[in-house]
Amino acid sequence: MSRTIEFRDALREAMSGEMREDPRIFLIGEEVAQYDGAYKVSRGMLEEFGPRRIIDTPISETGFAGLGIGAAMMGLRPIVEFMSWSFSLVAADQILNNAPKMLYMSGGQFRVPIVFRGNDGAGGQLGSTHSWCVESLYANVPGLKMVIPSDPYDAKGLLTAAIRDPDPVFCLESERMLSMTGEVPEESYELPIGQAVIRREGADCTIVSFGRPVHFCMEAAEELAKEGIDCEVIDGRSIKPLDIDTVTASVRKTNCCVVVDQSWSFASVGSEVAAEVHRYCFDDLDNHVHRVHSDDVPAPYAHNLEAEMLPNARKICEAVRSVTYNA
Amino acid sequence: MLTDQTTVPSSSRPSTQAHANEKVPLPGPEVLVKWLRDMKLIREFEVRAMQAYQNKLAGGFLHVYNGQEAVAVGCLAALEPHDPVITAYRDHGHALARGLDPKVGMAELFGRIDGCAKGKGGSMHFFDAPNHMYGGHGIVGAQTPVGAGLAFATMYEDEVINSKSNSRVTLCFLGDGALNQGAFHEAANLAQVLGLPVIYIVENNRYAMGTAIERCTSSAGSLLHKAVAYGMDAIEIDGMDITKTYPAMKALVNDIRANPRPAFVDIDCYRFKGHSVSDPRKYRTHEEEQENEANDPIDNLAKFLMSSGVMEENDVKTMSKEIRTEIRAAVKWAEESPPPDLDELYHDVYVDKWGPYTGTSLPKFMDESSGEKA
Repeated sequence: MSRTIEFRDALREAMSGEMREDPRIFLIGEEVAQYDGAYKVSRGMLEEFGPRRIIDTPISETGFAGLGIGAAMMGLRPIVEFMSWSFSLVAADQILNNAPKMLYMSGGQFRVPIVFRGNDGAGGQLGSTHSWCVESLYANVPGLKMVIPSDPYDAKGLLTAAIRDPDPVFCLESERMLSMTGEVPEESYELPIGQAVIRREGADCTIVSFGRPVHFCMEAAEELAKEGIDCEVIDGRSIKPLDIDTVTASVRKTNCCVVVDQSWSFASVGSEVAAEVHRYCFDDLDNHVHRVHSDDVPAPYAHNLEAEMLPNARKICEAVRSVTYNA
Repeated sequence: MLTDQTTVPSSSRPSTQAHANEKVPLPGPEVLVKWLRDMKLIREFEVRAMQAYQNKLAGGFLHVYNGQEAVAVGCLAALEPHDPVITAYRDHGHALARGLDPKVGMAELFGRIDGCAKGKGGSMHFFDAPNHMYGGHGIVGAQTPVGAGLAFATMYEDEVINSKSNSRVTLCFLGDGALNQGAFHEAANLAQVLGLPVIYIVENNRYAMGTAIERCTSSAGSLLHKAVAYGMDAIEIDGMDITKTYPAMKALVNDIRANPRPAFVDIDCYRFKGHSVSDPRKYRTHEEEQENEANDPIDNLAKFLMSSGVMEENDVKTMSKEIRTEIRAAVKWAEESPPPDLDELYHDVYVDKWGPYTGTSLPKFMDESSGEKA
């Protein structure tokens, strides 16, 4: 039975559903318990699961990220909430050095089945320190997986898969989408990590994106349809592993590709997708892959500047017109 | 307990007497002789490891444990076999004291497939799951939050999953240099707030790499103040005389097992060799080294055993000879172990192979026998 719920409720359903099944799972982070979650994602979970499984921490990302890793090495299944992925930078050594490399460095002896999750991307006029899009920075590291849901249905399915996964999974959510509503089944389900989905079929240009900008791509596709440009929009759902097969199959049909990635352009998820499309679809392309990223500047505070910095439908339309020689 | 609030420090001064209540006797002569053997084995392992390093059989960095053997052997003797242990990069001694086969350790140093991490970890990353040895961590202080997590897990498993009282104590070793890493302070605070049964053992060998403790660490003469700041019980222990190290650690471990909470130990010791093999040790005097080497923990125990009639000088010599033979055999065994197969490069990156990803910019996460794309 599906019903309409918010993105944050979908995340909570994934966590609570799995926690009811598996006592090894616990949630730890800042304000997750008594405060009911800084963004109310964990609302009511303290009441249901008690303080031993829903654990408030001091503001010590290195400390509680590392604690989660140790617990995971012992066979528990921690969910570590970062209020914002921007704050994960102070825990970089734990989440990049310890979690994803422990299995390898120990010659396969110690797994780290852990989920790190929280808000990624510009939350809305928070300034540069709080507006990180960490996907490109972190996706560079072997040993971790990364999912980035763009709607409530995916949020529940991808987070469920992340919790069940035996490897470290980074789940990138968005403060700007937490109140978004959508149809979500009541029962538990998982969406396979590393599998993209086609959001809109089209014949003229493939647009690939991840997370929140998928919605700008859909907006752009509607706009472009009025101009007679028929776009196919692919939601990557996962960044690592990257489902390049779905992308290349689409590009072989459309012969044009725009990648929309909210992180900065240099050495990014967008540049990775573009490189792979160029490699696999070299003879299929009518133009080089165009990319839309956040501008290569620190995220500004002023509303108009921030809006201009981030990927948006206008920029995506311009890129599609350009790549399809309609500019 | 997991649900407990912060423990309020009982005193504003370091409580060096906190765990002196229980007088733990030394174990019987058989165990003491085993300790001597374990310590000698660690020393011989390190001597041969240094030789191997100079002969280019081992690469990377090599941080040897000479001089600190009583710390690992004395502290780990205070544990039950299922208690978790984690340490930093000077880790050979802890792994061996915990039960790692020296030939497997040597093979790891040589980067061979029979090493404890299949040659993928190296000197700084000795892991040994069957002996509950959780590494071997190369980044200074990075193991301290992980150590808190091990203790969290023991408590969680016992109390939340199995509804019984906590039964395990975690030992998390760190160097005095790690006291200046933020990770340690976050871990200490968390451990105290959550009441985790973890003992942070500062192996105070007086140098953070080449920087003397007085030059880089506040309260260098009384490190217990660091723990007092967190309301954590703290004691100083002699790490050069195992007949003092063990009883003090055992009393503390017993106490923590019975009353789960974190504790802090400043254990006095001396690193006979440099920070790593390539360290010329210009930051300290030859006289200082000689003076400390005269207080050799292995000699100290041997003398104790001889003076108490447990061993004769010849017994000690025979033991040394046996150990030399054993470690020499370990070196030979390790040399004969093959390097990892190149396919090993791609194993253990993930538990599960990749999903539908086929990009060849990534390695071959596919089952070659079936020829099927992963």
